[in-house]
Amino acid sequence: MLTYVLSRLLTFIPTFIGVTLISFSFIRALPGDPIVVMAGERGISQERYLELQQQFGFDRPIAVQFWDYLTGVLHGDLGSSFVTKRPVWDEFFALFPATLELSVCAMIFAVFLGLPAGVIAAVNRGKLFDRLLMSTALVGYSMPIFWWALLLIIVFSGNLGWTPVSGRIDLIYYFPNPTGFMLIDSIASGQSGAFLSAVRHLVLPTIVLGTIPLAVIARQTRSAMLEVLGEDYIRTARAKGMSPFRINGIHAVRNALIPVITVIGLSVGTLLAGAILTETIFSWPGIGKWMVDSIFRRDYPVVQGGLLLIAVMVMVVNLTVDVLYGVINPKIRKR
Amino acid sequence: MDDALSGETAGIHQRPGRLREFWFYFRENRGAVIGLWIFVVFAILAVFGPWIAPHDPTAQFREATLQPPAWQEGGTWTFFLGTDPLGRDMLSRLIVGARYSFFVGVIVVTVAASGGILIGLIAGFSPKWLDSIIMRIMDIILAFPSLLLALVLVAVLGPSLTNAMIAIAIVLQPHYVRLTRASVMSERQKDYVTSARVAGAGLPRLMFVTVLPNCLAPIIVQAALSFSTAILDAAALGFLGMGAQPPTPEWGTMLAEAREFILRAWWVVTFPGIAILVTVLAINLMGDGLRDALDPKLKRS
Repeated sequence: MLTYVLSRLLTFIPTFIGVTLISFSFIRALPGDPIVVMAGERGISQERYLELQQQFGFDRPIAVQFWDYLTGVLHGDLGSSFVTKRPVWDEFFALFPATLELSVCAMIFAVFLGLPAGVIAAVNRGKLFDRLLMSTALVGYSMPIFWWALLLIIVFSGNLGWTPVSGRIDLIYYFPNPTGFMLIDSIASGQSGAFLSAVRHLVLPTIVLGTIPLAVIARQTRSAMLEVLGEDYIRTARAKGMSPFRINGIHAVRNALIPVITVIGLSVGTLLAGAILTETIFSWPGIGKWMVDSIFRRDYPVVQGGLLLIAVMVMVVNLTVDVLYGVINPKIRKR
Repeated sequence: MDDALSGETAGIHQRPGRLREFWFYFRENRGAVIGLWIFVVFAILAVFGPWIAPHDPTAQFREATLQPPAWQEGGTWTFFLGTDPLGRDMLSRLIVGARYSFFVGVIVVTVAASGGILIGLIAGFSPKWLDSIIMRIMDIILAFPSLLLALVLVAVLGPSLTNAMIAIAIVLQPHYVRLTRASVMSERQKDYVTSARVAGAGLPRLMFVTVLPNCLAPIIVQAALSFSTAILDAAALGFLGMGAQPPTPEWGTMLAEAREFILRAWWVVTFPGIAILVTVLAINLMGDGLRDALDPKLKRS
């Protein structure tokens, strides 16, 4: 077991260096001189240009620059934003809770609807309910979520006026934000209505971000369930006269869960990609919107650092899922 | 005796061809057939769009801006699906827009699949060190969320539909590499490959003629699925302003242009989205049918 974990960890190192190299080289490949961009429309004098070039180390060989960047990264130094002058690291962790809150809610939404839907569809295989559910899942899976978001805004914000269009909370509420999670902080603030306002802001983005994971989980659960239901031990349980609820609900689901958990773990990347669109549309102040804004503002250190942090996050989650999967399913270990 | 033998050979010849067998299984899946028909319509619109569209997609009818669809009050049959804020005919724009999505799908899948298959074959047949290097590089690409990587790549290359296609192809390619390599790994140990090698087949022949045809089934399914992913991603990039640029009637770009009018004119937002959804759905239906028809494990069930 330990060797398995170690070997997985060992492949992490070259991948990490590669990811750093890629996000590092983007800043060099982006069109436009970063210093000229940073100076803005007023322009920059020749001396100041050289001074800045020296300050950022742009005058040194690329390999040296990369080495500096890599060692900086390992010390937790990702550079500072050109626009706000704040360290990328601080900005990332100030905005990260917003994305995490949204993603967790979306995932809860997807799992709590997707799992039962998949199980019920598998048990009623071929019946009307199964077909209906699976067609819906396929539509959800094919959904352009940016359009889905606009559609929900038209109906629920425009016509019905139930939900706000953007942001995390109404501006009339103001309170300190120690955890960064609006749902928790609004309760802690003790202001009446604040929590409800936070929830109402969260509903539409959650549905939009959760739609594709919901469809994927429902489909995956159904096919995993179908596979398990064909196993011998299920037939034995049935022959013993066990109640269908016990067979389906306990014996089968428990084994069908293994691949489903993997899918849930591996959809972190999908979730972050979806967060880019969702956050942009709903003006949700999280990582996704931050990245898009920085790309448009040509804020190179932010793009570089954000790209790296997101990739490392995805890698860590995937690695954890891999290792956990090895723990649950011993067959995987011997590869 | 002679007759019996010839009868047997005739019987062998009557065995349905691969394509017929495939069609037999594909036809069983009604959703897949519907998907195929929608895809055919989509392809026809993509090729003949400008001749089918009732108006020029970029012509601005200034006296008829934001006109609702024909069946709503204020709509006319001249502009069946209404007009956009600049007075351009929605229906014509949607029809002509089909070609952008179609070519995005075709080109991205062609580039990503051919590159991915080639790299996957090389990885599957090469010594362990080269294989490890290739697979680590693929891991690196896969570590980035696809849309984010595509977004940054387009920012590097400059926003345009061509660059969006390049970016999406790069992002999708590792999936083909992994898939091809995995199939090659399992096929390579089989007896028919060994016998071909013993018979003196060279490496290129072994790779492309002996092994590759037997690895194609999952790759074809993947191609169908990434066709729809490519369309979705290109539309998303267009929506973020990093794909096709206005006035190109690309569906995602149309949505981006229509965003500020969502509460005043539902049709400028609804129709491009439906176009994307229906196309992607049709391709996914086809992909599911392909998988069922090509995967022998599921055939019996």
